[in-house]
Amino acid sequence: MKWFLALGLAAAASVANSQTLRIGLAEDPDILDPTMARTFVGRIVFAGLCDKLFDLDEKLNVVPQLATSYQWSADNKSLTLKLRDGVTFHDGERMDARAVKYNLERHKDMKGSNRRGELAVVSSVEVVDAATVRINLAAPFAPLLAVLTDRAGMMVSPKAAEAAGEKFGANPVCSGPFRFVERIAQDRIVLERFANYWNKGQIHFQRIVYQPIPDATVRLANLRSGQLDFIERVAPSDVPQLRNDTRFKIAKIVEIGYQGITINVGKSDFAQKNPLGKDARVREALDLALDREALVRVAMEGEAQPGNQWVAPGNRYYAKSVPVPKRNLERAKQLLREAGVPNPSFTLMTPTASDAQRMAQVIQAMAKDAGFDVKIQSTEFATALKLSDQGQYEAFLLAWSGRADPDGNLHIFLACKGPLNNSGWCKPEADEAIEKARVTLDPAQRAKLYETVAQNVARDRPIIYLFHRNWLWAHTARLSGLRTVPDGMVRVQGLKMN
Amino acid sequence: MANYLLRRLAQIVPTLFFVSVLIFGLQQLLPGDPAIALAGEERDPEAIRYLREKFHLDEPLPVRYWYWVSGVLTGDLGNSMRIQKPVTELILQKLPVTIQLASMAMVIALVIGITAGVISAVKKDTWWDYGANIFALWGLSTPNFWLGILLIMLFAVQLGWLPASGYVSPFEDLKANLSAMIMPAFVLGNAIAAVLMRHTRSAMLQVLSSDYVRTARAKGLDERVVVLKHALRNALIPVITLGALEFGTLLSGAVLTEQVFTIPGFGKLIVDAVFNRDYLVVQGVVLFTATVYITLNLLADLAYFMVNPRMRH
Repeated sequence: MKWFLALGLAAAASVANSQTLRIGLAEDPDILDPTMARTFVGRIVFAGLCDKLFDLDEKLNVVPQLATSYQWSADNKSLTLKLRDGVTFHDGERMDARAVKYNLERHKDMKGSNRRGELAVVSSVEVVDAATVRINLAAPFAPLLAVLTDRAGMMVSPKAAEAAGEKFGANPVCSGPFRFVERIAQDRIVLERFANYWNKGQIHFQRIVYQPIPDATVRLANLRSGQLDFIERVAPSDVPQLRNDTRFKIAKIVEIGYQGITINVGKSDFAQKNPLGKDARVREALDLALDREALVRVAMEGEAQPGNQWVAPGNRYYAKSVPVPKRNLERAKQLLREAGVPNPSFTLMTPTASDAQRMAQVIQAMAKDAGFDVKIQSTEFATALKLSDQGQYEAFLLAWSGRADPDGNLHIFLACKGPLNNSGWCKPEADEAIEKARVTLDPAQRAKLYETVAQNVARDRPIIYLFHRNWLWAHTARLSGLRTVPDGMVRVQGLKMN
Repeated sequence: MANYLLRRLAQIVPTLFFVSVLIFGLQQLLPGDPAIALAGEERDPEAIRYLREKFHLDEPLPVRYWYWVSGVLTGDLGNSMRIQKPVTELILQKLPVTIQLASMAMVIALVIGITAGVISAVKKDTWWDYGANIFALWGLSTPNFWLGILLIMLFAVQLGWLPASGYVSPFEDLKANLSAMIMPAFVLGNAIAAVLMRHTRSAMLQVLSSDYVRTARAKGLDERVVVLKHALRNALIPVITLGALEFGTLLSGAVLTEQVFTIPGFGKLIVDAVFNRDYLVVQGVVLFTATVYITLNLLADLAYFMVNPRMRH
């Protein structure tokens, strides 16, 4: 009898357990308000909490979520959205055209909003009827749909947002599959299934617990000991041992971001003080000294795709006429001789993370073969950002988490007036193409414009793009229904414990 | 006694003032701009301007110090710049965790450290002594994070007896709480036990060779009474001081251990806040732990009075 009771209890415990999905995050998210939020990891939590107007599929196509369809006006200066019927926020308020207008205006006007830049082009939002909303733009803006697949497209309950004001992030109310329960900073964020979710057939868990565990080894140990069901950002070096363990599965996809070396070519007088910033031939020599395949193999255990543009080869906007350069030491040395500096020296500012350090060391060794003397300056991140924003650097090894539209990977860094143009590069021909690609909706025409930019960048190399990392996830083999989308988000719709 | 207590209490006020200036001043020496660090990947110029204005980052240092300290005097430590939660709330959230971890670690350290110290002093130059010394050397030279990861691999991944990391409130589930805390408490306690053992041993050796112990033995007292009642009580004075200091350090957060075991205590809070340049959190937590540290020191001094009758006069 006792045994039966024990078995029964164990079975009940396992069912209850399987209704909770425990996800290990690599960092602790910042504020959980889509308007104010600014971290990559925060977006992973939002994927369970807040639905967006649009979503992305595995091929980066924009697909409906809260909006069911869209229509551009003839002059491409207004976008009309049809909204899904019968959607409510977690507090029971209706998610309708008025709510969308409120949210877009909140993103645009709220003090301290981090969405302002993404929606700068929006001039007004009109409620056409309860299920239709029109977004008017100051000029056509091709990345708008992609922008609405991220935080700028997330809708929060106007009533809750009005009531909480700046403190909304402490108790967010959205319309996603799970509602907010509690957050203990640096420990866990708990969400609970939202009974009135419009797509509830796709939700198979009662709760989700997100636990930030910054150390990759400890995150993995938690997965292996059964404390977690899913971990994001597995260390590439841990992939082989996981692959041999049938209890777990690895999922991966090439990111939409990139890893590259930003070079100060005109941001400050640092640019003219060293040959790397001063002479494009020296930068070309550095580029040719690098063997990207080997760099990926050694520094990333093969878990990345070599690249040379702001989008990965294979992306529809990758310019095929500007292929990934092969290592060519002879040509590199010749270029350095022509530039009159056979042994140039420069400082490579590098984040303190161990993978960045390893990368910098491999780059240092490869560049040395061509005659470069690379000094690695390991710099804590907040300090590095400030030095880079002030132009107090020669070269900076930097990763960008990426945006679905190529403009999000390009404009802020390489447009003449890009807010993060820390290389100080400004080429009228490229700048014109970057700006024109923003207002052109036809993908084929945009691809042509990006080709022009790619050619200019390949000539001047203000940023030497190196590779695109794989998003690496690991989860218990019992979990099914995971969709691998290049934006690195963990979509909970369809996830199921077998 | 009352005079002494009053004198010590009066010293606390200028000490805390000095500490607050120091915390505030040292923070300003950190390179990097908090507004840039907080503005995230995009670092939108508008958002940076807003953060500067909101947290008075553009104002002169004395003005900013005044904003902070006048809040502190009314019990308001400000809000976290990163997650917009009140610093007091964060401290209150982490305090029970840190106190529990520190207390468990301290109990483990005291039990192991004092026992091993007494045994090795009483059994000087025997295998007991050598064994205790080897243990102390091991405890002192084993890095916490390494021992932590090793224990996780053994007890969580291989044997599956304990959870790998995380924290459960004792009010929610006491058993789960203890099984989550035992490994980190052991890792922390192990290192301190080694220090306590060395100090107990040398203090005991000194006391055991003193005249009054010889007299006690000559009186024919039982050796156990001599060691535990006469010798250990005196030998404990430096050990108590050290224990209080170590406990104070534990309360200010065990950074690496908390990181490895993902225990949401002060250490993790402070380190994350430093990296994110979340000034108000750093200032609030450091000021709080400094206050606790100073109080503990005072309590340790008072404990001398209790333990050592000679100091009461």
